[in-house]
Amino acid sequence: MQVIPRWADIVLIPAINLFLAFFISGLVILAIGEDPFEALKLMVDGALGSTYGWGFTLYYATNFIFTGLAVAVAFHAALFNIGGEGQAALGGLGVALMCLFIPWPHWTIALIAASFGAAAFGALWATIPAYLQAKRGSHVVITTIMFNFIAAALLNYVLVNLLRPAGTMDPASAKFPDAASLPTLSDMLNAIGIPFAARTPANITLIIALIACVAVYYLIWRTKLGYQLRAFGKSEPAARYAGISSVKIIMIAMAISGGLAGLMAINNVMGEAERLILNSVEGAGFIGIAVALMGRSHPFGVLLAAILFGFLYQGGAELALWTSIPRDLVVVIQALVILFTGALDGMVRAPVERIFLMMRKGA
Amino acid sequence: MNGLAPAIELKGISKAFGPVQANKDISIRVMPGTIHGIIGENGAGKSTLMSILYGFYKADAGDVFISGQKTAIPDSQAAIAAGIGMVFQHFKLVENFTVLENVILGAEDGARLGPSLSKARKQLTQLAADYELNVDPDALIENIGVGMQQRVEILKALYREADILILDEPTGVLTPAEADHLFRILEGLKAQGKTIILITHKLREIMEVTDTVSVMRRGEMTATVKTSETSPQELAELMVGRKVLLRVDKKPAEPKDMVLEVDNLEVVDSKGVKRLKGISLNVRAGEILGIAGVAGNGQSELLEVLGGVRTATGMIRVNGQPLDLTGKLSDGRSRRERGIAHVPEDRQREGLIMDFAAWENVAFGYHHEDEYNAGLLMDQAALKEDAAGKFTRFDVRPDNPMLEAKNFSGGNQQKIVLAREIERNPDLLLVGQPTRGVDIGAIEFIHQRIVELRDAGKAILLVSVELEEILSLSDRIAVIFDGQMMGERLPSETDEKELGLMMAGMTGQEREAS
Amino acid sequence: MDYLTLLQILDSTLRLATPLLLACLAGLFSERGGIFDIGLEGKMLAAAFFSAATAAVTGSVWLGLLAGITASMVLSGLHGLASITFRGNQLISGVAINFLAAGITVLVGQSWFKLGGRTPPLMGGGRFEEITLPFADALRDLPLIGPFYAEVISGHTILVYVALLCVPLSWYVLFRTRFGLRLRAVGENPAAVDTAGVSVIGLRFAAVAICGLLCGMAGAYLATGLGAGFVKDMSAGRGFIALAALIFAKWRPWYALYATLLFGFLQAVALRPDVLETMLQFKIQVQLLDALPYILTVVILAGFVGKAIPPRAGGEPYVKER
Repeated sequence: MQVIPRWADIVLIPAINLFLAFFISGLVILAIGEDPFEALKLMVDGALGSTYGWGFTLYYATNFIFTGLAVAVAFHAALFNIGGEGQAALGGLGVALMCLFIPWPHWTIALIAASFGAAAFGALWATIPAYLQAKRGSHVVITTIMFNFIAAALLNYVLVNLLRPAGTMDPASAKFPDAASLPTLSDMLNAIGIPFAARTPANITLIIALIACVAVYYLIWRTKLGYQLRAFGKSEPAARYAGISSVKIIMIAMAISGGLAGLMAINNVMGEAERLILNSVEGAGFIGIAVALMGRSHPFGVLLAAILFGFLYQGGAELALWTSIPRDLVVVIQALVILFTGALDGMVRAPVERIFLMMRKGA
Repeated sequence: MNGLAPAIELKGISKAFGPVQANKDISIRVMPGTIHGIIGENGAGKSTLMSILYGFYKADAGDVFISGQKTAIPDSQAAIAAGIGMVFQHFKLVENFTVLENVILGAEDGARLGPSLSKARKQLTQLAADYELNVDPDALIENIGVGMQQRVEILKALYREADILILDEPTGVLTPAEADHLFRILEGLKAQGKTIILITHKLREIMEVTDTVSVMRRGEMTATVKTSETSPQELAELMVGRKVLLRVDKKPAEPKDMVLEVDNLEVVDSKGVKRLKGISLNVRAGEILGIAGVAGNGQSELLEVLGGVRTATGMIRVNGQPLDLTGKLSDGRSRRERGIAHVPEDRQREGLIMDFAAWENVAFGYHHEDEYNAGLLMDQAALKEDAAGKFTRFDVRPDNPMLEAKNFSGGNQQKIVLAREIERNPDLLLVGQPTRGVDIGAIEFIHQRIVELRDAGKAILLVSVELEEILSLSDRIAVIFDGQMMGERLPSETDEKELGLMMAGMTGQEREAS
Repeated sequence: MDYLTLLQILDSTLRLATPLLLACLAGLFSERGGIFDIGLEGKMLAAAFFSAATAAVTGSVWLGLLAGITASMVLSGLHGLASITFRGNQLISGVAINFLAAGITVLVGQSWFKLGGRTPPLMGGGRFEEITLPFADALRDLPLIGPFYAEVISGHTILVYVALLCVPLSWYVLFRTRFGLRLRAVGENPAAVDTAGVSVIGLRFAAVAICGLLCGMAGAYLATGLGAGFVKDMSAGRGFIALAALIFAKWRPWYALYATLLFGFLQAVALRPDVLETMLQFKIQVQLLDALPYILTVVILAGFVGKAIPPRAGGEPYVKER
């Protein structure tokens, strides 16, 4: 029995959830003695008011598309991958190894190789917890959390002891060769005659992210693998009945999820920093959770949510620059979005369902 | 009797879940010291009614009177305070607690456990002596059998000094011997002045132990009669609303080549318990072998092994070729490739993805087939077309494959599963509980389709806990008990009584003695 | 390694294990009641901030403790609201709480103190004082035991001793009282509790409340006992280590003590790489020591060293069924 119409399920309820999250965020800003409307205006101006702002907004959004898709794919198989942070960090290592140790003739080839490295390392880091869940029954949520910490320690070790160029104190790798330097969004747009601010980090990875959205859509809803993945996510006993191997699905879903998280490194490591630094992921792996929840695990929803968070990130940075509101405001908003769209969904859903039921009876 | 107030009286109880009216204006009076049966089909509203009585649901209208006093029952606590005890179909026990801990849970004396436990231990000994309710108070629930667990549930109610005991389908998981023991306990309780309400869909039980019986159909109370003044036939009619066709219209079977041969099949479950202890059977093309047995005696495991859901040891041949029972090819997909189709016992948990649209479900398990795939992608047009055809041929209602599976009734869900499995034209069809939770109209349709497949020369293995279904559909009947085959009978040469005794594990001599 | 160094390491083991122990017991109560809590980290962090902030403003560490516990319990209430009342996903709620705490502490800290998210350093009555146990000095000269008593056992703040006392107390409450029986039952099979006429919601809220209380103490200890004020993200993953310890301890109070002491010891040793090096004759990477609790937990979870079976109804919201 369908209690509420489809549009209410995919538009109305998320909209109410989001409104509540932002409303409370506004109250928080008010509580620390600032004007929420003024803050919003600053954020919009800073993040969307110029191509310079967009250059940052889209850069962050690119990160979040990857991590959001990563969480979303796992969600479809009823797996909660909290390990995007660690997988993206390992993806960075994959990118660094590809860029540092092989002299690529051209950035296009370097990009392909680095993408492969990023996805492979991210996937590897996700398949270990996946294997432990599939074969040993250890809950993937806990193991991926643990793997985030293990990844941080591992990366720390690699940077300090192995990749750090002699004579520097900074725990970071050497700069990648110029041949591995990716074209920025402004390079690309200016080339076709659209003016776009230079010195912004958005780069060609954005295009890859958009392709990833389309690919994930096809993967989930149109391929046999996606069919099996969704079936497994909805009902494990049914999947077993149909001859769908749980081990295979868990491993593949997590590998794809980890691979997507790892791909983020193309953007931040290869596209922006052009070297591997400590803590380069900066929480983007966790924001993927908020993005996937808000986007209802649908690639188009993830895209919209990622842009929204990109806006929040850039806007938050602007706020920190011009007011006394620290960037951490974004973390609060992110928390509230996860809370309302994820955990408190039932709080909004129940009354909405009641209203629809009343309207139906009245009609 | 006349001067006495009824132990429990319901007046005009109504309850709706959304658009579904589960209980409509229901009234019952149950006198103290009697056993009152409530009988009805699955989904007739029996359990809803009892849940209202136990404070799980709030009735939309109506009143409850306990010993003549109007009583509000907003929660289970109020029900317990009013002297009502309930034994649920699915026991409400904490698996890794001892019997004693389960008994006192919620009825402790004081904040410290020690005194409560020693007091309960004494009382349990007393209750065991009074009512034949022996259990080891220190055993963990997970280590005792279902019969014992049910006794713990009864002890819980008695420990709380319940005067009214409600039992919801108490014999579903019991062997006939255990069921008889239960009925003896109930008689004992009745003799002590307790009032008992027995909910069941089994006529035999009603006739055997109750004093009065109410019949429910589609949320309504259709009749309340004295058990001594009614007959099983009359009750059955009241239950279903029309004369039941006991026999399916079918020609004699014409068995041909051997399709399925099972030899010495053994299954050990995850807890290390042997569920199948060397089963052997065979099914030929063009016949239906029915497996009769009380739920939980291994028939589910047998179906699961054949369907590739569970591993086993022993030998199974299909069309003369052995099946892989443990290795890479022991999964559902490989079984389908060997021409085995499987209608699982639990269609909502296994047979369908409830959140998938019906058109996606028609390929479930066969999603690898070329006809459903076009290159890298699945061929949605082909899927939808196939679904539309199946909906027409199997008369699925509403005729809209775009709806999600959860929006169909039980009978129509089953038709979707059957359409999918039967239309693959399998050599062997496994059918588990084909009409569980299915409305009467659809039952006939489903039975006909199964017989048609047999007549088309296919082998069919039918598992059902409904003895009537087994008797009317099968060409041969094998009885399973405790993971072993008790023997085979032809439907024309046996009856419910003999099968019932075999299902209880009685050997030929014991049967003759009884 | 000489005896004194060993004692120093054991001393800091106890200090570092204390917040882990309190948080671990907090998680134990919550998860025994069927509510998974990956928000221990956030609750600790919030408690650390509000205890330090209050102690800094009022000069009273006790008011700080109270404020820390309050903050932690508010977040617990939120977790309860989401996962008990509205039957939301407990893991997602926990994740949200961690971020909420991480963001709010800095936001409010900046707004109140303008120190980039820090609180002013705590002095005097703003911190918990170290307590010298009776006879610590008198017994110091006894061989072996004397210095052990004086260095390791004595000389901690009150919260350390409270945490240690919480171990037998938790055991008693869980296994010897009516409340404990019901709490364990509600984590295993809430339907059994419900049909026995006891409120599942009430019990589960009690479980998260105790969790909030203990997490509050853990956080307050971080900022006012172990440290002297709040710094951004000062919980530094301890909530997750506590979670790891909880799995390690198989949801039992005494095992929780041992697990947190082990993890505290690893942290203590990580602070003294020199000692380790001289002892083992080769260099152990600090990063390995950092990662060791997590690696050990993964090994335990994978069932290579005994099986950790969580409470059966854990993580599932309770919905009445017929």
